[in-house]
Amino acid sequence: MKKIANKLYIALVFIFLYAPIFVLIANSFNESKSRTVWTGFTFDWYVKLFNNEVILKSLGNTLIIAAVAATISTILGTAAAIGIYNMKKITRSLVINITYIPIMNSEMVTGVSLMLLFVALHIDLGYLTLIIAHITFCVPYVILNVLPKLRQMNRNLYDAALDLGCNPWQAFRHVIIPEIMPGIVTGFLMSITYSIDDFVISYFTHGSTSQTLPITIYSMTRRKVSPEVNALSAIIFVVVLVVLLIMNFNDLRRTKPKKKKEAAR
Amino acid sequence: MNSKSKYVAVPYLAWMVIFIVVPLALIGVFAFTTTVTCDMEGNMLTDEEIAEYEAYCEEEGIEPEYTERTIFTVQNILDVSKYSSVLINSAWLALIATVICLVIAYPLAYMISRMFYSRQKLALMLVMLPMWMNFLLRTYAWMTLLEKNGLINKFFGLFGIGPFDMINTQGAVVLGMVYNYLPFMILPLYSVMTKIDDRTIEAAQDLGANGLQVIWRVVVPLSMPGVATGITQVFVPSVSTFIISRMLGGGTNMLIGDLIDLQFLGNAYNPNLGAAISLVLMVFIFLCMSITNQLDNEDMEGVLL
Repeated sequence: MKKIANKLYIALVFIFLYAPIFVLIANSFNESKSRTVWTGFTFDWYVKLFNNEVILKSLGNTLIIAAVAATISTILGTAAAIGIYNMKKITRSLVINITYIPIMNSEMVTGVSLMLLFVALHIDLGYLTLIIAHITFCVPYVILNVLPKLRQMNRNLYDAALDLGCNPWQAFRHVIIPEIMPGIVTGFLMSITYSIDDFVISYFTHGSTSQTLPITIYSMTRRKVSPEVNALSAIIFVVVLVVLLIMNFNDLRRTKPKKKKEAAR
Repeated sequence: MNSKSKYVAVPYLAWMVIFIVVPLALIGVFAFTTTVTCDMEGNMLTDEEIAEYEAYCEEEGIEPEYTERTIFTVQNILDVSKYSSVLINSAWLALIATVICLVIAYPLAYMISRMFYSRQKLALMLVMLPMWMNFLLRTYAWMTLLEKNGLINKFFGLFGIGPFDMINTQGAVVLGMVYNYLPFMILPLYSVMTKIDDRTIEAAQDLGANGLQVIWRVVVPLSMPGVATGITQVFVPSVSTFIISRMLGGGTNMLIGDLIDLQFLGNAYNPNLGAAISLVLMVFIFLCMSITNQLDNEDMEGVLL
């Protein structure tokens, strides 16, 4: 009885989470422009979507900005983490606390503060300001993912590499980097995701020609009816689903042998 | 690694100062200053003097000339109190949304944490999937459902009730917040609950605790850090949202976020007032966070003792 109640509860929450998305997806195949009357099945909205230059251009912008911002963030953040790791305690905690600000603060305040800076420096809002803004909120995620990996590492490894004849660069390249690689990869992936998804900070720092996809979506939803948004949602849903399935599959494959070993013991 | 390696952080430190510290300082500067109109010698002009001067210029047929000066003022901060009803409304709606999220997420997170491992992975994936879709699309989805002749009203219509006015109400705004930020409550709760050992719960049961006591005296104290994280992760974006209220609240239910947006990119262009409201919002958020942190730490100590 209790089990059925539990299952019912879980089902209800997931219906709440998914029903709106499925309604959107169903509507993307609806011939009628109205969102509530079903007149027939069509792929027209998808065709229109792929012929919509504004959407395609902003999609391109989003991907380019995410790639550039995540790459620079990863390099800047990894170097920062190594530096922070070697700082004295007081400076270290000060720097880490400031690094936390963009994560803890409201996105809106971060966006507004960056906009004020760009306006004060007379930098025209555009690609440059978007990339700077995205790096600013991505770097903290890289640092906070790399730092724990550095702490887990054996401090003597680097010295051992030097004793065995590596120069500092080689020791860094062949000893430290492989040790902290998982943190770097997670930081990079998080940066990409946050950059692609960001709306609020981009909203305050974009120029009229440098629209990202979320900003285009925003201007489309301002018009009451736009079935292309439905089609876009359906595509994004499928892409996210595939990415998550691949990640989950890899994860299961990696953890399964370990589980067996535990059972054997 | 030696102490010299700390210098590789220098590029980031420069970045941090320019793009994190200076912008926040700028908010402070804007919040406490205002631009006043002065004559060519830099003396401040009152509104009457300006009107007089303009009338004089018109008579003589010359262009009026002014200079501008930035002066220190607390007026912007005082002006924020004019919008106190908006601030209180934002905090109130965000609080309701946070409580609803906690109530929905807590049992769910607990149930997920007690599933088989592979089921847990699947359930988590299902929680995260909507989170990965852009929140604009998720909010847009509710616009479709809540409309006057939307699907929910059609459904009620089948039973001969309604239609109800659902969109453009405060309820719709809260619904939007709950829907958008529910996963942010579920995930931290799940991550602390999955660490609670089954044996701890069994021990409590063996020692005579009934179901409710197990939850209240074992699970709840142990999950406090997750509760604190969840509350912050739902409350902070809810209190400062400006899209959800615009899309589902129809612009009539203004929140702090809308107010700030209006001062910077909207019709009421006034960056000084906007900065003042942002400053108030920021201080409010960090105050709330230190309170939730307190809650988290105290309870952790209790557990350790």
